[in-house]
Amino acid sequence: MTMTTTRTAAARTKVLQRQGAAVALVLMVAVSWLVFPRFGSPDNLRDLALQGSFLAVIALGMTFVIITGGIDLSVGSVYALGGVLAAWGSQHGFLVALLLPLVVCGLIGLVNGLLIARTSMAPFIVTLASLLFARGLLLVITDEGANTYQIAADSAFVELGRGTVFGFGYPIFIAAVLCVLGGVVLNRTSFGQNVFATGGAEQSAVLMGVPLAKTKIIVYTASGTLAGLAGALTAAYLQSGVTVIGVGLELDAIAVVVIGGTLLTGGMGTVLGTVIGVALIKVIQNVINQIGTLDSNYQSVVSGVFLLVVVVLQRVLRR
Amino acid sequence: MPTEPVIEVAGVTKTFAGVRALSDVDFTLHRGEVHALVGENGAGKSTLIKVLTGIHTPDSGHVRRDGRISTIYQEVNLVPLMSVSANLFLGREPRTRFGLIDRARRDADAAELLSGYGITADVRSPLGTLAVGEQQMVALARAVETDADVVIMDEPTSSLEPREVETLLDVVRKLHESGIAIIYVSHRMDELYRICDRVTVLRDGRSVHSGPLRDLPRIELVSLMLGRSVNEIEKHGTTAFGEDHHADTQPVLEARGLTSKPRVNGVDVTIRPGEVVGLAGLLGSGRTETAKAIIGALPLDGGTVLVAGTPVPRNVKAATRAGISMLAEDRKTEGIIPNLSVRENIVLAALPRLSRFGVISRSKQDRIVDTFITRLRIKVSSPEQKVAELSGGNQQKVLLARWLCTEPRILLLDEPTRGIDVGAKAEVQALIDELAREGLAVLLISSELDELLDGADRLVVLRDGAVAGELEGAELTREHVLKAIAAEVMDDADSH
Repeated sequence: MTMTTTRTAAARTKVLQRQGAAVALVLMVAVSWLVFPRFGSPDNLRDLALQGSFLAVIALGMTFVIITGGIDLSVGSVYALGGVLAAWGSQHGFLVALLLPLVVCGLIGLVNGLLIARTSMAPFIVTLASLLFARGLLLVITDEGANTYQIAADSAFVELGRGTVFGFGYPIFIAAVLCVLGGVVLNRTSFGQNVFATGGAEQSAVLMGVPLAKTKIIVYTASGTLAGLAGALTAAYLQSGVTVIGVGLELDAIAVVVIGGTLLTGGMGTVLGTVIGVALIKVIQNVINQIGTLDSNYQSVVSGVFLLVVVVLQRVLRR
Repeated sequence: MPTEPVIEVAGVTKTFAGVRALSDVDFTLHRGEVHALVGENGAGKSTLIKVLTGIHTPDSGHVRRDGRISTIYQEVNLVPLMSVSANLFLGREPRTRFGLIDRARRDADAAELLSGYGITADVRSPLGTLAVGEQQMVALARAVETDADVVIMDEPTSSLEPREVETLLDVVRKLHESGIAIIYVSHRMDELYRICDRVTVLRDGRSVHSGPLRDLPRIELVSLMLGRSVNEIEKHGTTAFGEDHHADTQPVLEARGLTSKPRVNGVDVTIRPGEVVGLAGLLGSGRTETAKAIIGALPLDGGTVLVAGTPVPRNVKAATRAGISMLAEDRKTEGIIPNLSVRENIVLAALPRLSRFGVISRSKQDRIVDTFITRLRIKVSSPEQKVAELSGGNQQKVLLARWLCTEPRILLLDEPTRGIDVGAKAEVQALIDELAREGLAVLLISSELDELLDGADRLVVLRDGAVAGELEGAELTREHVLKAIAAEVMDDADSH
């Protein structure tokens, strides 16, 4: 009797925690569709998906990092650096444009991971340092932002960011494939189980034979690489390595991951939740833009309120 | 008797920060034997286990292992947020033909395997939703199923109910029959004599005895552990609880109709100054929850708590001010702050009393801390030592000191001797006795019946969160308590 009550309560909690963001998303979309005639137009939806895909790629890496109980503050800067490197590299051809940012940003992530795993420094501090490092490097390369590298409009690399299938941009497909892969890795591989165990109870994980250091190094390397990829895709889309983007983007990434139901303390989370979180934030931004008369800074206000509601709900529901 | 050793340790010495945890220890584990490893608190058992499993490297000496070792620790070392089946198979999940984890098969295998350990809970639910005893069983199943040649069990029964203990001992026997060697660490003599072939006794980091267990009289084993003569022990016994306490007139604590759904349903408890009241019942009968309801840590659906006739507001702060203190069951998560020093841990609860305008008097602190370290005989190198470095028994004493320095009138003790060894246990029991004699009212929760029978003046037996019976005087016998528990089981059977 008591058993059943607790089980039902637990099931309800689980649904709310997992699907809270999904329910909010469905409501938002339904209301927006009815209120704003332009919202449901194919053009708007395609644009929405494209805008979301860059953030989704970054948030995917962040999801893994946060489930291990860590945080990666460097992704905003690394994203911008990735874009600049891609733009600079595009003069040497497609491969350089794509691989240079992946390698450099992956290396930054690797250093993050090594420092966090091998010394017991806090992820917050380590990645804060690399946030500054990456932004500084970017400013050096671009002569303090005076130099903006352009990408030739007819190059294959631009096609990567601007090409479409049925009107949907390539980045959408890239993000979708990566997220599906990420979900499979997280839930259906030993590595994924290690990620959960690391964040769920680090000391126990050690005793259960989980390779903590290896797991952490991999998630931070992946996070850096994915941020670099998102930067490269953005550069391809914008046809230039814009130096001022990505400031504070790490906070957006953390926000969407948490809104998607991943515990900020680690040990629990889903890729699907993160994707829903991205969609939710992008829909909110889109709607606020549609209203037109509203200051675009309200985007942050609304996102902030959403984040707060989710975190409060997580706390309440965990009891 | 099998002769081939699977673990051989010779002359191992290990030092931590100048303190010798092991000195010149010899230990041999033969294939297929159940080997008891016993010793007092801080005798070096945990360190030896960590040397055996390779977590610690010895400073000198030789360790030879021949086979896979799997360890079950005293505290459940699994991941509470992950599902039961994920915990069970972490690192060796069944695969589909694409190399991915086969979750359906994992869950099915887990359910089948765990039913052999008496666990029927949904294997897909997070491990943390299971009772502590069930979690311990999952940990055991995990350790056993990794095809180990050696299984080390560090106090595996300390959080189990009698029924679960039987299941566990059955498992040990099965393992033994299949030729797996077992190192069994426990303070419960009954269990040791029931299942172990040989015994090694550690004292102050040295191996003082090794040999067949059956030939060794219990009292001699205890004397080896404590380093005291057999005569001395015969005179004082192994439990340190003394005479009955003389209950004073007016109750200092009265809890009436305490209700906190779903675990506590209308519990009445009264305690007089100088009285030790035991709270008995099976795991999940609401013992801990009753104590938490008394101190205001659980929201109440009904009932009142009176201290010396005055109702206490429903929060921990008010309860503490009224003179109620609680020593929580789980040292690791509900009490000790491992990275703080012994001094800081002790004065934590008394800080408001020790500070004036928010400034904390250091000299007052030192005085109080010194008093308690001496009085409770806490073994520390200095008051500034980190609590994490102390053994379980000493950590428990630090917690006891923390609550005693708030000068409580009522002390709620939840499993105060869990996971600490015979010697330290006796000391803690003697302390409880002493405190009661000085007029403190004590509520004692323990899953060890002997401890309750020896220590308490009166027993309140709980069942499904309600009082199933109160035993006093001549009724304080094993039979009476077991009868109450048996009645509960029979009632359970009726209602199904």
